[in-house]
Amino acid sequence: MEPVIELDGLEVCFGGRPILKKLKATLTGRSIGLLGPNGAGKSTLLSTLLGFYPPSAGTARVFGRDVRTHAREVRGLIGYMPENDAFIAGMSGVRFVRLMAELAGLPREHAIERAHEAFFYVGLGEVRYRALGTYSLGMKQSAKLAQAIAHGPKLLFLDEPTNGLDPPARSRMIQLIQEIRDRGDLRLILSSHLLRDVEECCDEVLILKDGNIAAFCNLEEERRANRRFLEIETRGENNGDFVAALERQGCETAPGAQGRIKLVLPDGLEVRQIYQIAAAQNVQVRRLNHKRDSLEDIFLKAMEASNGGL
Amino acid sequence: MAVYKKTYRPYDGRLTGPFARLLVIPRYAFEDLHRSKFLNTFFIATLIYPLICALIIYVQHNASALQLLNVQNARGMISINVTFFLSLLGWQSVMALFMAAFVGPGQVSPDLANNGLSLYLARPFSRLEYVLGKMSILVVLMSLMTWIPGLLLFLLQGYLEGWSWMTDNARIASGIFFGSWVWILLLSLLALALSAWVKWKPAAGALMFVLFFVTSAFGATINAVERTHWGNLASISYLVGSIWVQLFEGANKTTNGAVFFRSPIGEEVPLWYCWVGLTVIVLACLYMLAHKIRGAEVVR
Repeated sequence: MEPVIELDGLEVCFGGRPILKKLKATLTGRSIGLLGPNGAGKSTLLSTLLGFYPPSAGTARVFGRDVRTHAREVRGLIGYMPENDAFIAGMSGVRFVRLMAELAGLPREHAIERAHEAFFYVGLGEVRYRALGTYSLGMKQSAKLAQAIAHGPKLLFLDEPTNGLDPPARSRMIQLIQEIRDRGDLRLILSSHLLRDVEECCDEVLILKDGNIAAFCNLEEERRANRRFLEIETRGENNGDFVAALERQGCETAPGAQGRIKLVLPDGLEVRQIYQIAAAQNVQVRRLNHKRDSLEDIFLKAMEASNGGL
Repeated sequence: MAVYKKTYRPYDGRLTGPFARLLVIPRYAFEDLHRSKFLNTFFIATLIYPLICALIIYVQHNASALQLLNVQNARGMISINVTFFLSLLGWQSVMALFMAAFVGPGQVSPDLANNGLSLYLARPFSRLEYVLGKMSILVVLMSLMTWIPGLLLFLLQGYLEGWSWMTDNARIASGIFFGSWVWILLLSLLALALSAWVKWKPAAGALMFVLFFVTSAFGATINAVERTHWGNLASISYLVGSIWVQLFEGANKTTNGAVFFRSPIGEEVPLWYCWVGLTVIVLACLYMLAHKIRGAEVVR
């Protein structure tokens, strides 16, 4: 897969203080999450990729284009939804999105059409002629998304897209992001400190801590790997025979206290067969969980790791 | 009503070039200005003085009109010379100051007030292009008020007076053109810089007047207290007036500058000081713009 972002010893300093410290990574996912506590450097990384901050050392590439030398070209590929409010208060929503689309290079007639489409798409069709200053917080977030996608970018930067949204608005925003992702026409980078947002939208996660890469994880692979990882709780006299029977079927097992067994299913063995084996050994399966490392586990491990290194 | 698709679709059509993108900003700004009745009326009002000047030039060269008005020595009453054109430039330049104060602060401050600027600069669009785009609005408006009517009047006078008048007074034409540009660039940069620093539009507009009138008063006060002429360096109107006189007349100074832009004979400071003074103001404006026109603010 073509790398979306390549960080090559990227360092960014403000007033001599390093904010991003020699970041090195290659991100290839369809939707990439930037995760980290406040102040970890997520927004700074996005701003650097947009050319707002010059790297003090190293560089970064977006779709192979160096952000130092091809900043304009890079920005031409990106749609940016910033974290904070970003609008012109006195301008109507659709005119604002049209302006942004034209600045991105769309001819006037296409910009008009796509601005209207984007507004309908994010659910603001009915209020598109209202001044942006009169929008509610959720509407402003949607308008920001509309301006980010109106010009059909190849890469979408979403910086805390669910900030300040109530639960229904958050669900709607996440659904929109998932729809955009699933169309496969563009790649997206979602920066958030909310694990759930990243988990629901992303297939790769870069975890930042104090300007360092604390962890990098391919959620898609994690999900695939963990799909075969089970934790069961049993009752019965023949627990030992049950474990032996599972091992004969190719399971890796790790018996624990009080009838608990962790096991990894081999390919070809289905969960249904576990129950059949248990019945054959006269063992009751009281509980069966697909145990997996949640993003929260991964995140917490990354945060606890000393010096951010994993 | 049009029916719009409620799905996201990529765009793979043609893209405009950098110059077309640069023109997007003035196009939107002019659409906004066009909607303002006050600004439209004010702009039309600024053309009254050049129209009166055109009438004067026409009447002076039209024997039947003079006879009709029963004015025998009109040429003796109003001479079409350096003073005539300097007065025109002075008056129109003050109108341009008002226009810059009304229009200028509305250019940058709304973009900065709610961080809209980051969205401009997240596109294939540089900070320089942003400033040039915003400046072009003021430059076009003020050009229509200053050097364009000035040169048209010069051409009218030359047409009626003859080719020799034009060649003899070519310096007036260059003075109108370059003198206007000195004022236009200074005003545009001041308007944008103040608009960028004072995000509140009315305050930024008021500051424009403060800079123009208060600095003149301040310079005059220094002159009076210290019994010197160096206080003039604090006055923007004096600096610009001195440069205009030099552009219109060269070393052979015969006038006291233009209306509102006085450079009285006998109170001169060396001309290069005036240029340095204006350069310092321009550099200060550029510094202010460079610090404020950014995609993201650096929090140190």
